[in-house]
Order: sequence, then structure tokens, then C-alpha cells
Amino acid sequence: MSAQKGGWVSSLVFLLFCASSIPKCGSASLQQEPSPQHYFSGLEAGKTSLAFFTPSVSPGAQPFLEQIESSAEVLKDYGISVVKVNCPKEDVSRYCGKENALRKAFLFRGNRLIREFPTDALFDVNSIVANILFALLFNEVKYVETLADLENIENVLKGKSNMVFAYVPATGTAEHRAVMEAAFVYGTIHQFVLTTEAALLKATSHDDPDVSSAWLLFCHCQQVTEPAQPCRRTALAQPLTLLSIHRHLKLMGAPLVTEVAEDPEKISTVHLQLGLPLVFILSQKETYEADRRTAEFVAWQLLGKAGVALLSRDLVELNVLHRSNVALKTPEEGMPIQYLVLEDTDEVITLVEDKNKVKQIQEDEQEEEEDEDEKENNNQDIQDDQVVEAVSRDKKRELPLEQILVLTEENFHSSLSEAARTVVLFYASWEAVSLAVLRSYSEVAAHLKGTLGVLLSRVNCWDWPGLCSQENVTQFPTIKIYKEGQQSVTYDGMWGTEELSSFILLSQVPCPLKLTTMDEAEGYLRGEIPSELSSHHHTSLLGVFSTDTSKAREAFEEAGNILSGHVRMGMYFEDDALALSRKYSVSPPALLLARSGGRSVEGIALSKHSVQDMVQMIRYELLDIFPEITVSNLPQYLQLGKPFLILFSAGNISQMERKEMLKLAKGRPQQAFVACWLNLKKTPVGHGILRTYFSTTPPLPVLLWVNLHAGGQVFKFPSEQSITEMNILSWLEKLQAGLEIPSSTLSEEDWKPPLPAYDFLQMMEPSVPELSPQPGKTPDPPKIPGGDTARGGGDTASREEPSQESTAEEFGSPGRDLRGTAPRLAARDKQGKRHSEL
Amino acid sequence: LGLALYAGGLCTVSGATFLYHDYCVIGAGPAGLQAAYFLQQAGRDYIVFERSHAPGSFFALYPRHRKLISINKQYTGKSNSEFNLRHDWNSLLSHDRRLLFRHYSRDFFPNADTMVRYLEDFASLLKLRVQYNTAIIHVTLEKNEQAWNGHYFLLTDQDRKNYKCSSLLVAAGTWVPNVVNFPGSEYVEGYETVSINPDDFVGQTILILGRGNSAFETAENILGVTNFIHMVSRSRVRLSWATHYVGDLRAINNGLLDTYQLKSLDGLLEGDLEDLAIVKDKMGKLHITLRFYLENRNISAGIDSITLPQDELDNFATRAPYDRVIRCLGWKFDFSIYNRSLRMMPGKGNIKKYPQIKPSYESRGTQGLFVLGTASHSVDFRKSAGGFIHGFRYTTRAVHRLLENRHHGVPWPSTVYPITQLTNSIIKRVNEASGLYQMFSVLADIILLRENATAFEYLEEYPIGVLAELERQTGRKAGSGLFVIIMEYGKNFSGADKDVFYYNRAVGEAQHAWQSNFLHPVIYYYKRLPTEHEMRLRPPDWPLPRPDAIHHIVEDFLTDWTAPNAHILPLRRFLENCLSTDLRNFFAESCFLFAFTHQKLPPSCQQGYMRMQGLLGSQELLHHAVQAGLLQDYSHTDFSGDRPSESHDGSQEQLMRDHGIPVHPLQHLVNAKDE
Repeated sequence: MSAQKGGWVSSLVFLLFCASSIPKCGSASLQQEPSPQHYFSGLEAGKTSLAFFTPSVSPGAQPFLEQIESSAEVLKDYGISVVKVNCPKEDVSRYCGKENALRKAFLFRGNRLIREFPTDALFDVNSIVANILFALLFNEVKYVETLADLENIENVLKGKSNMVFAYVPATGTAEHRAVMEAAFVYGTIHQFVLTTEAALLKATSHDDPDVSSAWLLFCHCQQVTEPAQPCRRTALAQPLTLLSIHRHLKLMGAPLVTEVAEDPEKISTVHLQLGLPLVFILSQKETYEADRRTAEFVAWQLLGKAGVALLSRDLVELNVLHRSNVALKTPEEGMPIQYLVLEDTDEVITLVEDKNKVKQIQEDEQEEEEDEDEKENNNQDIQDDQVVEAVSRDKKRELPLEQILVLTEENFHSSLSEAARTVVLFYASWEAVSLAVLRSYSEVAAHLKGTLGVLLSRVNCWDWPGLCSQENVTQFPTIKIYKEGQQSVTYDGMWGTEELSSFILLSQVPCPLKLTTMDEAEGYLRGEIPSELSSHHHTSLLGVFSTDTSKAREAFEEAGNILSGHVRMGMYFEDDALALSRKYSVSPPALLLARSGGRSVEGIALSKHSVQDMVQMIRYELLDIFPEITVSNLPQYLQLGKPFLILFSAGNISQMERKEMLKLAKGRPQQAFVACWLNLKKTPVGHGILRTYFSTTPPLPVLLWVNLHAGGQVFKFPSEQSITEMNILSWLEKLQAGLEIPSSTLSEEDWKPPLPAYDFLQMMEPSVPELSPQPGKTPDPPKIPGGDTARGGGDTASREEPSQESTAEEFGSPGRDLRGTAPRLAARDKQGKRHSEL
Repeated sequence: LGLALYAGGLCTVSGATFLYHDYCVIGAGPAGLQAAYFLQQAGRDYIVFERSHAPGSFFALYPRHRKLISINKQYTGKSNSEFNLRHDWNSLLSHDRRLLFRHYSRDFFPNADTMVRYLEDFASLLKLRVQYNTAIIHVTLEKNEQAWNGHYFLLTDQDRKNYKCSSLLVAAGTWVPNVVNFPGSEYVEGYETVSINPDDFVGQTILILGRGNSAFETAENILGVTNFIHMVSRSRVRLSWATHYVGDLRAINNGLLDTYQLKSLDGLLEGDLEDLAIVKDKMGKLHITLRFYLENRNISAGIDSITLPQDELDNFATRAPYDRVIRCLGWKFDFSIYNRSLRMMPGKGNIKKYPQIKPSYESRGTQGLFVLGTASHSVDFRKSAGGFIHGFRYTTRAVHRLLENRHHGVPWPSTVYPITQLTNSIIKRVNEASGLYQMFSVLADIILLRENATAFEYLEEYPIGVLAELERQTGRKAGSGLFVIIMEYGKNFSGADKDVFYYNRAVGEAQHAWQSNFLHPVIYYYKRLPTEHEMRLRPPDWPLPRPDAIHHIVEDFLTDWTAPNAHILPLRRFLENCLSTDLRNFFAESCFLFAFTHQKLPPSCQQGYMRMQGLLGSQELLHHAVQAGLLQDYSHTDFSGDRPSESHDGSQEQLMRDHGIPVHPLQHLVNAKDE
């Protein structure tokens, strides 16, 4: 069987060679001789030649000739000429006369015949080169058949020279040729020993060897001093090729440990040149002997895989940790030397072998990329979403939710009518933001405990999706406040405890609240009315309308609806409205604004009467002139789309600073910028901002101009100047004139995916070949109805049923099959239409 | 009102009087009633024709032994009504919560009479317009350019009454019994009429032709009283728990497999019924022989002259004579009532019991004719659940939505969300959606991205076979890329001969999710809509062509895909990388920092915080975020500024660098499926 296979392979090789050698036929390296006489007369002593004799017409030997011709070039390199000798018809000499001789090739040194080869031993270039060199290197390459022969040779060599022992599964193979070619070069230095005996292979290698592949051992017999001592052996780990053997012998020839006394960066050894790493054992005078032993031990372990050098630290100035004891230099250009602190020689070996392993994979399958990817991406499965991670770390804590009513599809509508205001949090129990809000919501519940007329409740949309979609909740979380189970307001503010509590409280009172007496109006402005809100400080807004300004009044009421929950709005339109507005020196329709904390009341004339304008104006008026920026109010000021002039302060700002900044904010056209300040105590994240702008926190307070919307430059007000309106104004002028250099610029970076995803498409491709990137390249496999012809094909009906055919085949399983017991009977009767509905 | 409508619909064509309706539905079985419900909800002009006096006439007779094999799971431990439909295979879709099958039966496998009662209630409670006792015996076309589809459908009933419709929905089911003809087939009793009283089989030897659920159901009923039962069919037995196809042999019916394998005389054989012949001997016993022998003999001669297989092969398997042979070969669609012009053709191969339809459920031969219900199963035969109530209630809804768009300009319902809701919207659907789950690999949720990927539009349960036609079929635009969300079993997991219990069959780790075997969500990403050409060239066994990226959510033992790290995180990374953006959530404090340090903001800050809907977070949560290294705590910073300049290059990097210790999942629990 294997012979047959071998024959097949060789004929294939032969075919390939035919194909490749046709144009080369009659190449220059093949000598032609007109006759045997001519040939023998021309033979020089000491020159080797391979001759074959052909009659002028030789039909049979043609394939052999082509192989010979193509190996002529190779043999020429070894000083062997290949000669084709033409036999004249009448010649009946030794070489031409006998039919037998024409089927052979003859190897001559001078005119002495060394060997004759039957042409079937020379089936391809490998076999020709291997066999001819084998014949020529009879002394250099010993052929052994038994273990005893091998041991004899080994014993003889001990103390004298090294041995190269090769096992090849058969002579005439590519491996055999590689060994012979190596022997041609190294045969005078090392003793070569060859075998084809599988038993010998088994005796010389440790584990169960694969007898079908070649194997080469370098036996270090030269250093052996005691006859009883065995020769150390180093096996060649790669497949046998001339190159790998050459490389191996070169490495075996290199000194075991190189002593180095110069900068390791500059060192180059055989190992590095051959692409192997070099391990330095760092030594000191005191430990030299021990280090040397260590180095030798490691060197033996790494023989053929890496070089080992002993580096004396006393001789070389090394700028590395004193503790470092090992260094690794890799053959890659420009890779820095790694200095390591290792405790065990095994670690050195692992270090090298792992490197090699990675390299091997890279060479073999280029899987290394993936490997590295995996290493790089092993963060992929680590949560990097702060909200999700925070919530999942908090999931074991039991939330105080007893104040919050759980609503279901069953009790939802009945519960809504129980209280004047029902707050409903719609959330999903698996969703992180929802759960974060649920935590704040539970705090709101604690805040509002005891507040009359407000019921806090929640609906888990994961349990009641129908209810949520019915209430028009499409995203989580959503908070709605239902008034008497009727209309609802959707909360659109910050998801924070205070903001939400305040919204719920403000939503309790009508917006705007209708005030009926002057006293009420005054009380409202003082924050005393309505009493529910008296303990909370909000800016109070009072619309004052005379009876004839109904249009403005309607717009104001509508604006109140929109701003409900966010603003405390009152409305006064009694007969004496004029008197009230006069008190604040405006005429109706007008707004009276009593800011929280401040006692003064501002009067603003209402000039625009559209709802949208009114909402916008109210929102704008509620903004501070010189606000303290916090996490929750920043978006309101950012919406103005202006640059920020912001004073970062370690705590509260001084009266002086406030006064100057207020002057600046009030005195200038306000449209130009937002003057504000930030209390780092209250908003510690401000430190993060400062650190981003300046690598360290600058001396505080610090005044900055931040172009948040255009260009992103950050300018720092000179710290040596005092913060006064005048100084700032002149600085701003310089800024505008482009005379100042920005301290920092905001990052323009896009928000890209923080980490790559699993590339399943790429992972699937090897196992799903039909998933090729170009669908055009893999057209549907032609559908050949299986076995159709055998079953009386040509029947269009059956041809149209490929799937049926294939299922039918699938069912041809062993078992108690009618067809199985009477197969021939049934098969004969397979024509015609088939029943298909089973 | 009904009368007025009917009167308005009267019209006269070529002398005959036609009652006109926009939609005619043939059959008031589950699919016909389901279609009627959606038409009614949409306020369409429709009528359902039913040949019997009540809905669900098929169920009045079948299954003969009255046990439905569609599960009626009353308890799932969840109140989510959509999720619970995943395990309710009998209910039709409606807004009326009374019409859930669990209110009708407490049996896990309910009685067929309950189904009939349920369908009656469904039709009457919802006031569906069903015309009973009307058997449509002929359907033909009338060309008319004004008609929706260039023709009207003309229907004739048994009383020669005529009806005319613009669109015809065929929900007639498959009710014509499959028969097989071979010499001696006259001795065979049909499943339709065979006795269901076990007493009639006492001490008999039975041969059953067929290997479907009806065959096994018949066997199950008489297993205890017969001598033995043999079962013959051409195909090997296909167990539904191995093929993951509910139409294959269900475990509830497979008692005979047990007795066969335990050598209790019953047995299964494979053989082509076409090869069979049955001869009756003088004792009335039925002998199995091969058609081959008969063809060479004089048939008129007596039994003695006919060769039996055992004459040549004396261990021939079915040499024992039988007392009865029962045919249980299933049903096929009634093609006979359709005029040739409608070109209602049978499918090819193993789907020839069904009419040929497109993946949009429209007939291949006639525009405007849609096939619903069991008869539409050719789309997913032996794959998904389109032939069964729990599947076709969704495909019927899909057809209705296609029709709404085509004839009434009502685009496919969709919801628009900001991009920050992308992960959530997918997680919500894959965890509760029943249509995706039942009609796996057939119906898909589609996410159409808006320009710049700041928002997206979510379409539910679209038939993926017509993905290429999405814009035309739904009236929605798919210009900026799309995600397709479907559920799939592992590619090589299902099959009649597959071992579905092998060790390590379940994947536990998200990074190997593509090798998941059990039903799990798969998300395909396309930068543009695949063309019809690409759809045709898709890899075999693939529901869709090669996407630009694909994501599998790892299979889950509880089919609960809400785990933050194993399910949601990899999904988010996939979506982020498709859209090239950062979809993380941030606390308001982080957004605040970004607002002052970056010119651009991540979507969650942009669409939340900047619109004054930032997540301020409770103290505990912020503390946890700091602990996890995902948020920096600046409150304890002293002002000397001694921290090295590490963090000045942006907090983004900071967030990346400061990862906490990973919480490694408990591997053995993750893989607990095998234990």
C-alpha cells in the first residue's frame, strides 16, 4: 500500500519535473559525448562523473533521462559532471552492448568505476543527489543498522570528535539528500552516521518518535573524557532540511557560553545572527564561579534555542537595577535588552521557550496576531461603564423602598386616584440607569415622607410592558406625575434627589398660582404663600396683569403649564394690580421677581406675548448674573452658547472678588460671556478641570476664560494681578486682540468605542467557509440530485426534488430496514414517482 | 352597521351580483381569526368565510385523540405578558386579556375541544365579521386596472353566491388527507376515520403508515391493548427535541419508541411506501409484500400465488400478518378551488403540501393573494413555528402590517429613540419579545439608523426573507445602516441524528458566544440594506447574507439576557464599534468634567446631561464608581497640587487606566447547564 502510494507520489513528482524541466532539456550542465571511446579517453583522474549510455534511439529510459538531466545542475555544485554517452548502433562494448547496462548509470572517479546505479533508484533529483553523494561519501557517512554499531562508533569518537546521527525513513528522500549534502560540507569535521532503522530511532529518542519523519541528533562526544560517560545529545527540533541542519551544526559549533566584557547592546553572536535570542547571565567577581556553572547549565538546556553569555558587571558599566541577574537580547532590530530579576534557571528557560513558542506560532499560522489581540483586549470583558458598575456593586444593598408603592397592571389605575398627586417611576429592573434613579428615588421618598397628597410609586416595565407602553413610556427611566389620576406631567429635570423632590413639591401647587388679594401677593413674593413651599427657597415669580391684558395673561398661564415643577409662578390680575406693579415701578403686564435669598424684588415689563417667548424669557430671567456653577446647573448656562469667564475658588469667594465680578457682569453687555465662579469645596470635580488645563492645580483663586463653544482655548488671568474689574477688562481686551497665549485647549477628540468588540465574523470564517467576504466567489454548489441517474434519472419530477433526495439518503441508516433485508428487490423497483409526504 | 356596509358593497358585474369587500379571508381557523382581528382593529372592510357553522372546524375533528400538543404554560414566574406568550402556544393575539388560553384550560396539553371553544369566544368577543356556512368552492380573477393589484378576486360559495375582493387572504389550512396508492391500499384505514376506542384493537396486530405526530398519537392510544404495533415510513424518526422543530415527533407522543427500544414487540421500520403492497389472506389477515412481486404475477390469482418476501428471505422483518393497517400521513393544502389563472402551485420537494409563496407570504402566482396560517408554512418548514398558532399569529400580524403600508399608506409601526437607548431597546426585546422567539430566524426586529447615528428607528418582527425590500414594504428609510435582530439555534446543533445532550453543549463565556447552541439572540449589522441579489447568494442555512459585523449574545440557561457583564457589555461594545462611538453611561459629574475639558461629548452626556437630564447619582453609587476606579474622587484633594501630571491628558484615558479588579464570574456556575 505504502509502496503504491510512494510510487504515486514519485510519479507525481516526476510529472512535475517533466513539466518544469522541458524547457531546460539539454541544458548546459549536461555533457553530451558522441561515443564511449570518446568519453573514457576524456576522463581526468580525481574527477567524478556520472555517466549513462543511451542508444541513439531509446524509448524506455526517457523519464529517467529527464531526471538525470535536471539533477546535473545540482551535481555540478559537488564537482560531479553528468555525462550522456551516445552508443553508436554497432557498439557492443561493456557499457553499450548489453541491454542491461543501458538501464543503469555509472559513477566514475577518474576512470575507476565506483558504483553502478539501477535507474529505478534514481527516480528524482533528491534520490539522484542523495544516492550519488552517499556513494561518494562512503567514509564520511557511516551507515549503521544496529544499536551496537552506533555505540561502537560513539565510543571510538569519545574525546576526539563529535557525531551527527541521522535517521531517515528511507534513502533517496529529500531528508536523506539534506543529510548527505550537509555531510559533504561537514563530513571532515564531524562523523556522520546514518540509519534507516526505525528501531534505532526508538532507542535514541526519549518519547515515542514518529518513524515516518526524519530525525537528527548532534552527539557531543568530543568533550567526553571518561569512556563510560555518554555523549550529550542535542536533537534538531525543526524538520530536516539542508538549511536547518546547517544552522544546527553551526549552533553546536558555537562556544557553549560566551564571556562578554562589553556593552551588551553591541554584542552580536552566531545565535543573534541566526535569529535566536541571547541570554546574558549577569555576574560579579564574587559569584563568578557559581554564575559560570549556572550559565553552563542554562546553556545546555537552551542549546539550539538560544545563546548564553556571561557578562561581568564589574567590567561593564550597566545602568540597570542592581538586583537584575539576567538579560535577554532578542534578534529583532532595535528591540531594547530586557533586564530581569529571576529566581530560578527554569524561569530563564521558560522565558526563552515561550518567546520561541510565540514566534513559532507567528511563523506557522500567524495566529500570533490573534494572541496579541486577546492579550490586548482582555479588558473587553471588564465593565468600563461607571453607572453599570456602580449599580452592580450596589445590588446587594437592600433599598429602603417601603415608602414607594409597587404598581401593577391590576392596581395602576385604582392607585392613581387615591392621592392628589401620584408620582410614578417607570423603570426596568435590569437597566442600570433606572436602578441608579431608583436609588435617588428612594431618597426622595425619605425626604417627602409625611408630605400630604403625594404618593410615590413605581412600575417595573420588565414586569408590565403593556402598562408602560400604554402610558407611552418608551425609555427608562421615566417619571410621571399624575394629577388625580388624570393628566400627567413627565419629569424632565436632573436625575437627582433634590431636583426631583423640588419638582414634586412645586408640582403640587398650581402653576401659576392665582392670588386674589394684595396681601397674598406680597406674602407670595416674601415666600410665605403657599405654605406648602414656605420651607423651600425658590425664586418667586409673579405675573401682574391688568384686566385688559388678557392675551398676555393667557400666554403666561400657558407658560406656567410648561414650566410647572421647575418654577414657582404666581399671578395677580385683580383690579388693584396697577397699584402692585407701581410699587415696583413697572406697569402691567409685568413680572415681579423675588430671588431666593435676596430680599429685593425686580420688576420686568412683559413685552412679548407669545408662549414660547415668555417661557424663554422666564428661564433667562431665572439665571443668575454671576452664578456659582455646579454640576446640576451647568447645562442651563452652557445653553447660552457663550464663553465662560470662570473663577475657581478653594471655598467661598471673597466679598471683594464677588463685588468686582458682579460689576463686570452687570456693567458689560451680558451677551458676550458668562461670568461665573466655581467652589472647589462644593464641586470638587473642578480640580479635575484644573488638572486637565494645567498639569497641577494652580494657586487659587484662579480666573479663566474658557471658549467652550468655539476653538476651546483656555486663558489664565495672570496670577500676579489682582482680580478687579479694570484688570480683567484690560486682560480681556488683550485676549480679544490675540495677544495672549492660551494655557490649554480643550480636546477635540471624538468619543470612539473605548475597546474593540469580539470579532465573531472573523472567528466564524474558518468554520463557515461559505461565509466568504465576496459572496460572488462562492456560488451555490451545483445541485446534483444524488443518485438520480442510478434510480432511473431523466425523470424531471425527481430532479426537481434535490432536498428530498438528500433527506432520503440521510435516512439510509442501519437498522431494521425493509430495504436492508431485501435490498436488491426494493432497489430494482425504484422507478416512477415517489411518495413524499411523510 | 354591518347591513349598511354589506349594502354598500353590493355591485354588479356581467349580470352576476357580487358582494364587495376590500379583504376576503378564507377560513375562520386560528389564522383567519387572527387576520380578522388585525383588520378589524385597523378599521378595514373585510369578511371571513367559514365553511362550517363555527370557527376552527379542523379542531372539531382533529387531533382525533383530542390532545393538543401545543403547550399551555400557566406559570412562568413572570408577569410580563409578552414574555409569557413565549410559553403560550395556543392563544391568539388580541388586546383582550380574557382571551388568553390559560383562562380556558388548566391542562399543559389542552383538549382540542377547548381550542374550538376558545376560537368561538375569540370570534364573538371581538365581534369579528365571520360568515359561517360559506364554503368557497371557486376563486378566480377579474382584471381591472383600478383594483389594488390590477385584478379583483371573485369568490363563489356552495350556493353560487359570489363575492368580490381586492385582496384575498387564504387561511384555509391544510386539511386534505394525504393518501398513498399501492396495491392493497384499499385495506388501509385512514387517520380521519379510524376508531379511537382502544377496545376495538384488543389483541390485534397493527401496522401504521407514517411517522408523524398523528401516527404516534394513534399508536400511543392503543399501545396497551394490541399484540404489537409496527410503524413504517420512508424517513427516520425525527424527534422534535433533537431537531428543535415543534412539528417533529414530540416527546408526549413517543411511547412507542420506548417499547421498541426496550424490545417490547413494537417496532419502527424504514421503507418507501410506494414499494409496498398489501395482500389479504382468507383469514382476513393483511400481509406485506412488495409491489415488485405483484407486477410479475397475475393479480387476479389468489393470495397463494403471490410471492411474499419471506418466501425468499425467511427473516423478512414484516413477515407477520397484520390485522389492521392505519394510514397517518398528514394533510395537504386544497389546491382545487383556485382557478388556473391564480397559478396556485404546490411547492417543490418536501413542501409540496403547501402552496408556493414568497417570504412576504404573498402567492408567487398572484399579486394580492396572501397565504396565512398553516398553509404558509413553506416559508419555514422544518425550521421555525410558522405552521403553528404560536408562530403564525406573528406572521399574520406581519402580513397585516405589509398590507397596511401597501394599500393604506400606513407605514410599519416604529418608535424613534435617541442613540443612547440602543443597547436598552435591544436588550428589552430579546428578553421579552415573543414573535422573535417563536419565529426564530424568520421574523426579525430591525433598527434603522438615522443620519449621524444620533437616533434610530425600531421596527418589530419584520419578515427577513424580504429584507431587501424593506423600504418599499415598510415605508421607512434605511439610508444610514441597520441592525437586524433575530434569534438562532447553533448552526450544527439541530438534526434528526444529532446528539443534543453532549457534554459541554452550552457555551458560558461571552467571547465564545458565536458557538452558542441553544436559541440565542444574534445581531447583524449592515452599512446598507442588502440587495435581493445578496439575499439570494447568502450562505446556505444562513437566514441573511454576510453582514458587516455580527454579534451573538451568549446562550442563557434561563433565556434571561440581562447580565451586565456577560450579555449587555459585549453587546454594547459591538454596537459601539459598529457606530464608532462611545455608548457608556456617565454620571453627571463626569459629563460636567467632559463639558469643561472636551469640545465634544459622549452621546449619554449629550442627550442626557446637556438636556438637563443628567444622572446625579446617590452617594453610595458615586462611591462605588470611585471604588471601581471608573470615577475619580476629587473631594479629598489637597490644594498643593502634588499629584503628578499623569491625569492631565484627559479623563477618558484616566477612566481607561483606572480599571478596578475585574470581578471574575464563577465559571462553574456559568457552565452549570451540563451538570
